Amino acid sequence: MLAALKKHKWSYVGMAACLLLLVLLPTEYLLAEKISLLTAVGVYSIVAVGLCLLMGYTGQVALGQAAFFGLGAYISAVLSTTHNVNPWLAMLIAAVATGAFAYVVGFPILRLRGNYLAMATLGLGIIMWVLFRNLSQYTGGPDGITGVPDLSIGGFVFDTDLRKYSLIWAFCIVILLISQNVMRSRAGRALRAIHGSEGAAESVGVNVTQFKVKIFVLSAVYASVAGSLYAHQTNAIGPGSFDFLASVLILTMAVVGGLASVWGAVFGAAAILILKIEWIPEMSKMSFFRPLFMSGAAYLISYGLLLMVVMIFLPNGLFVSLRDAFDSWRRRRTQRGVAG
Amino acid sequence: MTTHLFVQSLTSGLTQGCIYALIGLGFTIIFNVTGIINFAQGEFVMLGGMLSFYFTRSAGLPIIPALLVSVLIAALIGAALYLLTIRTARRASVVSLIIITIGAAIFIRGIAGEKWGVNPISPPAFTGKHPLHFLGATIQPQALWIIGITLAAAVVLHFLFSSTVIGKALRACSMNRSAAGLVGINPRMMALIAFALAAAIGALGGAVVAPLSFMSYDAGVGLGLKGFVAASMGGFKSQTAVIAGGIVLGVVEQVAIAIDWGPFKSEYKEAIALVLLLLILVVRSRKLSEEERVS
Repeated sequence: MLAALKKHKWSYVGMAACLLLLVLLPTEYLLAEKISLLTAVGVYSIVAVGLCLLMGYTGQVALGQAAFFGLGAYISAVLSTTHNVNPWLAMLIAAVATGAFAYVVGFPILRLRGNYLAMATLGLGIIMWVLFRNLSQYTGGPDGITGVPDLSIGGFVFDTDLRKYSLIWAFCIVILLISQNVMRSRAGRALRAIHGSEGAAESVGVNVTQFKVKIFVLSAVYASVAGSLYAHQTNAIGPGSFDFLASVLILTMAVVGGLASVWGAVFGAAAILILKIEWIPEMSKMSFFRPLFMSGAAYLISYGLLLMVVMIFLPNGLFVSLRDAFDSWRRRRTQRGVAG
Repeated sequence: MTTHLFVQSLTSGLTQGCIYALIGLGFTIIFNVTGIINFAQGEFVMLGGMLSFYFTRSAGLPIIPALLVSVLIAALIGAALYLLTIRTARRASVVSLIIITIGAAIFIRGIAGEKWGVNPISPPAFTGKHPLHFLGATIQPQALWIIGITLAAAVVLHFLFSSTVIGKALRACSMNRSAAGLVGINPRMMALIAFALAAAIGALGGAVVAPLSFMSYDAGVGLGLKGFVAASMGGFKSQTAVIAGGIVLGVVEQVAIAIDWGPFKSEYKEAIALVLLLLILVVRSRKLSEEERVS
């Protein structure tokens, strides 16, 4: 235990800092102005960490995470509104069903790799979006579903912004801790081996496809839980939140955060949401940017630039590259200390 | 289904399929020369439609010069895409390249949305407004333009690849890049040409299809996916097979919509090609992953 504590000293320090920040953040100002943004960061962190794990540990990219996010949201919403199922049970059903769906499609799809896997997941994401939009008798069509109830435990209802924030971040922290433990287990080592070389991993007895499917299912279940939380948080959902651009949004978060980094996903989610919700509307008010930011498509330009620039210059992701630079600086300093 | 509805589906399917074929040819050219799937391919189709609308409406050019200028600009953007992103990211992994080209696609989409707005546009047809009648089906004159220009493009490409030095160098690159380098062909130059050529073909498709169906800043991904399906059906190899793949896809889509029963409804049109794609990929997964390992 102590050894583990020592070995991963910095990640625990980071975790403690994060927790402290989360408790301190909801000040009066933020509570009034930014609490929904902070809550959204929690929701998207859960989705992004799944994609980070999938990309970082298998070296593959999935472009349809919004499909699983949407499945979770829709199953939760439909069950808890029209069928009066308990919201927690609905969330569990959604997670199991989405996981099972990912497992069934995962086996044929994950035998593909690279370009074909990317296209297949992109296609899957769009098919699901078409279904969300057009299966009107279940999903409410383009209008979506309203009146999704708040979550509650006993008599305690998560109905205010602060309560929702606390609940979602509690989920997020638990999921991040689970992810960190998964990555330090045998499964994590196997997955890193797959990223290094599939052939080599296979030759030392790692069942490559099986591990890939497992992590694909894990990422889908995360997205589903995030979707359920999102549905109960906003009380209304529509197909627009789960389209191709939603998948690109999640991809950008994972890319900015860094592949294979659990805490990077939170960084990525926060950075991208602040960019989209705060900075771009601010910038579009400035006279210098105004001619560029006319029609509300400006955030696409910034996502596109981020994806290209980060992947060209820092293929491990922004957060991970910063962390690695910090690590090597620390190591050099310690070595100098030993020599002197 | 009545006969004239069937003929109608066939003709509209053929027209749509020609566009898918042109997009698919773009994918195929880049993939064969560089081993890259350009996820921004569909954006050039969108650019073709938007640019030609812009040049005919705002700049007042006649249709043919507007078409040529649009195709040329798209080719330059394609070349810039290669030089600024693909070439800058040396030794990038397949996943990095996928994300980079997706980033480029989103970037181009955003610029188009800002430049031309988010509302769909519908440029005037090249010639004539009155539809023709054929075996009980109505055919827009624009459809004949689409079929004719696709045929012409296919013939020009065939001539380019079989009888010109550049075409032969491109083919040499697609057979073996390092061996082509040994005999004095510059693979980077060939990659640049492939990107420009693919962008030009895509933009040509976009410019001819825009008067028939609407074009909007966000149409790129959908069109790109259809083109990718056409290219996969054609096995990413021979041009004839890719063109056939595009036409088959177009006809399947239109016939499926015409059935108008159960899952075969126009609401699900977008999903038809994608379901086909998943089937093709899964059936051919073993062969495809072996190919990728070799390249």
